[in-house]
Amino acid sequence: MNAVAELPPKSFAVKPKLDESGTPIGELLEVSMGPHHPSTHGVFRMDVSLDGETVVKLKPVFGYLHRNHEKIGENISYLASMPYTDRLDYFCSMTNNWAYALTIEKLAGLAVPERAEYIRVIMAELTRLQNHTCLIGFFVQDMGALGTPMMYAFREREKILDLFESVSGARMMCNYMRFGGVRVDVNDEWLAQTKKVVGDYGNFLDEFEAFLTQNEILLARTQFVGVLPRDLAVSASVTGPMLRASGVNYDLRKVDKYGIYSRFDFQVPVGEHGDVYDRYMMRVLEMRESIKILQQALRDIPAGPVMDPKAKLRGFRPKPGEAYGRVEAPKGELGFYIISDGSPNPYRYRVRPPSFVNLTILEDMCLGHRIADAVVILGSVDIVLGEVDR
Amino acid sequence: MLGEQIIKGMAVTARNFFGSYVSKNRLTTVQYPEERLVPKANTRQFPMLVFDGDAEKGLRCVACTICEKECPPKCIYIVKSKDKKPDYKGQPQLYPAVFDIDVSVCMSCQICVEVCPFESIKMNTEFELATDDRFEGLLLHKNELAKSNEYYHKLHPDDAKESDAVLTAEKSRAEAKAKTAAEAKAKAAATAPAAK
Amino acid sequence: MEALEQIKARLGAALPLTKLDILPNECSGGERSLLVEPGRAFDVAKFLRDDAQLKLDYCSNVTGIDWPEAKIKTKVTKKVLVEGVEKEVEEIVETLRSGHLEVVYHLYSMELQHGPIVLRLRTENRADKTHLPSLTPVWRGAEFQEREVYDLYGVIFDGHPDLRRILMWDEFVGFPMRRDYVAPDDFEYEPTPHDEVLAEAKKHYPTTEVKA
Repeated sequence: MNAVAELPPKSFAVKPKLDESGTPIGELLEVSMGPHHPSTHGVFRMDVSLDGETVVKLKPVFGYLHRNHEKIGENISYLASMPYTDRLDYFCSMTNNWAYALTIEKLAGLAVPERAEYIRVIMAELTRLQNHTCLIGFFVQDMGALGTPMMYAFREREKILDLFESVSGARMMCNYMRFGGVRVDVNDEWLAQTKKVVGDYGNFLDEFEAFLTQNEILLARTQFVGVLPRDLAVSASVTGPMLRASGVNYDLRKVDKYGIYSRFDFQVPVGEHGDVYDRYMMRVLEMRESIKILQQALRDIPAGPVMDPKAKLRGFRPKPGEAYGRVEAPKGELGFYIISDGSPNPYRYRVRPPSFVNLTILEDMCLGHRIADAVVILGSVDIVLGEVDR
Repeated sequence: MLGEQIIKGMAVTARNFFGSYVSKNRLTTVQYPEERLVPKANTRQFPMLVFDGDAEKGLRCVACTICEKECPPKCIYIVKSKDKKPDYKGQPQLYPAVFDIDVSVCMSCQICVEVCPFESIKMNTEFELATDDRFEGLLLHKNELAKSNEYYHKLHPDDAKESDAVLTAEKSRAEAKAKTAAEAKAKAAATAPAAK
Repeated sequence: MEALEQIKARLGAALPLTKLDILPNECSGGERSLLVEPGRAFDVAKFLRDDAQLKLDYCSNVTGIDWPEAKIKTKVTKKVLVEGVEKEVEEIVETLRSGHLEVVYHLYSMELQHGPIVLRLRTENRADKTHLPSLTPVWRGAEFQEREVYDLYGVIFDGHPDLRRILMWDEFVGFPMRRDYVAPDDFEYEPTPHDEVLAEAKKHYPTTEVKA
């Protein structure tokens, strides 16, 4: 039985009480939801001005994790930047590696063998699964679930991280992709283990959804909260599940067709209302599509080499020029813009982080809502400070 | 009815809670340090230097400093020796007088292992290196980094076998080259007096 | 999507007296860029966004680049008279590139699903004339990224709704991503310094003897 048969009005946005001249009546309370806060997904600060409990102004402040990754990239060689890209969005190190490798392959004209392309797709979709799983865990914890769904999410995520560890040696900072392929090959034992994990993942998702998707508390707190209209989403350069929840069908795997994604049969879920509940459902549906892609990739992976024979490990000097390469990371569009001047180090190394750009309209989404909703809306944007600050 | 889905959710939680006593699949943690997880075959933590036989004379490293140059955070510090010692092929090579790795800087990226041409630096799996000396305790010197080839075989058996195969192939190639050079020299010495 | 020359022609027709150049890209996998003069950049951006065939409504990436003053050596072949015979001689010509800051915009279209078009804007110099028009009124997504270019390079965007530092703290002095930025050497103490860091550290802290 659907608990939300009577739909409330389109948006719960409340306007603060204003007097004749337009200033809010009473004093505004300025709260700094400061960098040390369990609900802010990292060292992230929001300077919120409140009229009672309603948000009147919200300015995000970040830079607490700024390590100047771009300047480090200008001073070290191309290969040495690869482990630094792991640490950008530290949940999804494989997609960060792939975006960087894709850009350098565009710049230097390297070709990737087929088996390596299949392995890259498998790693990227496994990354998407574990990122969305633990994001839902954090999201529900922000709403007060006190960690139990998060523990279930992390338990399943550990199974995927075990797979990453057995192939690349590290759970999170994999440093696995290279220019022209991947670092080491996967063996049949690993593929069998992956098939088992992917096969069991559907049951876990069913159980997870059974106690979240129709939960009355979740529905009451997320429906029609943080509505992002379609035109504003496109103009604000929002990408990823947040954009698709607002009704725009733009997924880089279907638009750019990078790698071998054109061979797989999968759909792109698109939302309708653009509220927090739609963003949550986007991620759940994307996980189901990822399982489909994984099953097809594991079935069709061919034998062969995993590195381009022309690629060099040491002394790699691409010819002068520039290239912009982008992938559909779990959080949005992750792009790398590299300018090379023929020397072993890049001239300009720029990361286009999805979380940083998605934060542009955080203020617009939170205005008029209560402060508790601001936490939930931030949780649905899905930021990772390693990426926002670099 | 209102609250129906919340009760369903509690049923899932109860199933997970009671299930964790029965099946390992639902249990999220182990009682570390009494109970440890089995480490994976390819796990990597911090580098180590491999030696064959003796820690000083059998050290494979020839101080070529390639790993020092390629290391992204520059945590390796090498000082070459002034004299030479024979390596596994019998040729005199330099060796590192000082080989320091700062594990508080090392990010376990494994690039030093990938670029080493002499199979001498490999990845160790020991991570319980906590110490109360913030600077000296986390700076590993050559004597702490040197580990025997048998230890390497125990940690990563497949990689160690491959590494040994590469070294034996190199050694046999060097011996074959030395043999043909000696034969050519003997032939030249034999024909030279005959030509006179 | 139509070729860059056609877009340049249509832009020239719609906005006459605008200086537009197509810059080559030596890498074959990359795209060529359109260099626009700062005075008309706002109108060019609006044309690109609203034109029916282009509809570039998605500004994907805003990058700042620092080009300091440099002597560029290029090989030029010249015909020279040598002993009465005309020969082709290769000469190395040195040109002085004046220092400037550059902002690059990567534009895509979500509606028509094509792209990218690369826009480039250049400042006059790196010292005082570092103003450029802000394209945030055209694409809202450029807001935080232009703030980052201001913070790290020092390019001042005229017309930006809220131009202040974003990644560094507000009282910070200097522009970290510039090529001539020197970090103060008492920021952090490195336990095992070597090379330049060791030379700087020796001035501040006692050194440890290296036991050979």
